[in-house]
Amino acid sequence: MQNFSITSVFLSLLVFTSVSIFAASGEGQVDTQSKINDFIDHHLQDSYDYTFFSDGETNKHYGFSLPIILIDNGLKVFSSSRFDHGTAVVEESGKYYKVYNSKIYETNAAGDINLGETGYPTNDRPLDFSITKNVATMFFVGILLILAFGGLARQYKKRSVPIGFGRVLEPLVLYVRDEIAIPNIGEAKYKKYMSYLLTVFFFIWLINVLGMTPLGVNVTGNIAVTACLALFTYFITQFSANKDYWKHIFWMPGVPIVMKIILIPIEILGTLTKPFALMIRLFANITAGHVIVMGLVSLIFIGKNAAFDTPLSVFLTLFLFVIEILVTFLQAYIFTMLSALFIGLAVEEHTHKEVEAETNEII
Amino acid sequence: MEIPALVGTGLIVIGAGYGLGKIGSSAMEAIARQPEASGNIQTAMIIIAALLEGLSFAALIL
Amino acid sequence: MEKLINDFGFGLFFWQGIVLILLIVLLRKFAWKPILNSLNSREEGIENALESAEIAKREMANLKADNEKMLQVARGERDEMLKEAQQIKNDIIADATQDATHKSNDIIAKAQETIQAEKKTAITEIKAQAAELSIQIAEKIIKKELDNETAQMELVNKMLDDVKAN
Repeated sequence: MQNFSITSVFLSLLVFTSVSIFAASGEGQVDTQSKINDFIDHHLQDSYDYTFFSDGETNKHYGFSLPIILIDNGLKVFSSSRFDHGTAVVEESGKYYKVYNSKIYETNAAGDINLGETGYPTNDRPLDFSITKNVATMFFVGILLILAFGGLARQYKKRSVPIGFGRVLEPLVLYVRDEIAIPNIGEAKYKKYMSYLLTVFFFIWLINVLGMTPLGVNVTGNIAVTACLALFTYFITQFSANKDYWKHIFWMPGVPIVMKIILIPIEILGTLTKPFALMIRLFANITAGHVIVMGLVSLIFIGKNAAFDTPLSVFLTLFLFVIEILVTFLQAYIFTMLSALFIGLAVEEHTHKEVEAETNEII
Repeated sequence: MEIPALVGTGLIVIGAGYGLGKIGSSAMEAIARQPEASGNIQTAMIIIAALLEGLSFAALIL
Repeated sequence: MEKLINDFGFGLFFWQGIVLILLIVLLRKFAWKPILNSLNSREEGIENALESAEIAKREMANLKADNEKMLQVARGERDEMLKEAQQIKNDIIADATQDATHKSNDIIAKAQETIQAEKKTAITEIKAQAAELSIQIAEKIIKKELDNETAQMELVNKMLDDVKAN
């Protein structure tokens, strides 16, 4: 029992998320696997309070509450502490709200959640603009970015070569410019998109890295976040597209008319699948990474022999963590790279067509 | 998850694995043939791998 | 898929959009623009510096070549001058030698002439003296011989014989 409390704390410290559910499994009566699944699910989702770790036995949580902002017949602002980590029903100007699966639902006074056939609640959801854990993390990352790069920018006023931490940041900025923007968009037009590419690159990277830290956030593993990022890329691509791009979509040159008509919907769909792929792959990569790390940590509690399982689990987790640190960079790189590629495709001048025509004439 | 879904997942993973393997092997061959172009080949490889990955993730999730 | 749609939090989407727009605008103004501009200007500066270094190097090379050429010319001139001097010296020496030879030859010739002349006078003198001596001796001998009459007669005869024989 004592032993298990220690491992419980160990797990909490390792993954640093809210509900510690393993304390009870010492008796061997509780289904550990489903608890682990719940635990991982909970970690992957957003949450309304910032909990660093908690004690499952005493049901104590260590962290701080965040503001809830709802638009439901007027603006409603209150502290997330009133939900008491999802256990309490909150009454606010005549309506009752309850948190289920890290989401706020409208309920009756008793806090009943009606699950539909698909297993998801059918209760209404208020428009929820709460500053959740993920939103707070975004703000934090934004402030960090402004401080770091604003500092770097200020350094250039005094000297041409930065010192200190700027030495680390400057090659990264150069890397984005020389390895991502210029090869994909082209020397002539890349400057217009540098702000977006740099911002997205460092935002995704930093937020991914924060996901690896004890803060235990999973921001880019959230479909809404990646959808928003992908949508930005989509709109930037569409609005910066030149005549050639639209011509290739609506009236593909060099193919028979029947094919042109068939190609229109395919090409339009093609423009949509690009950001969709962008959205899915960032989301899925980060989620998968978090799931695997958590799963490997949970190995300790599934196996029978703690003395053998613990080092194995720690070793595997460490191994995967190192890979995940690489992945945090790789995903930011690929997202930026693909964004640059799509923008580059949209602004590209199709000069090769004329070249082909010329060679044809000569032959 | 039901059995057909599991089989489908398996198939997706097999397909994606095969595709990634192919990309990797041809990229390696290309680099071996033209070591001076390894940077470009790597970039192209990563892009294609990322697209494939996105596709297979989409298939896995949907 | 249902799970994804269910998980889609509009608030998160909204805040992400706000944060991203704010970040792009703020970072563009306060970070990316100054950073990229100064990076560009630095790169341009480096390029310019390299270019001017290249130009300076070329000028240096030109200068060096010029110097080399001048040096070459100067060396040539010096060689020429040395050669001339050598020539002059040789000429002078040759002239001097010739002169000296001429003079010495003249001197020797004159000396020989003088010697010859001296010799002649000496010989003539000796001849004259010898003749005088022989005359005196002959006088003395004759005086002595012609002391007796017979001997004088004998001699006249003898001489007459000789003339006759001729």
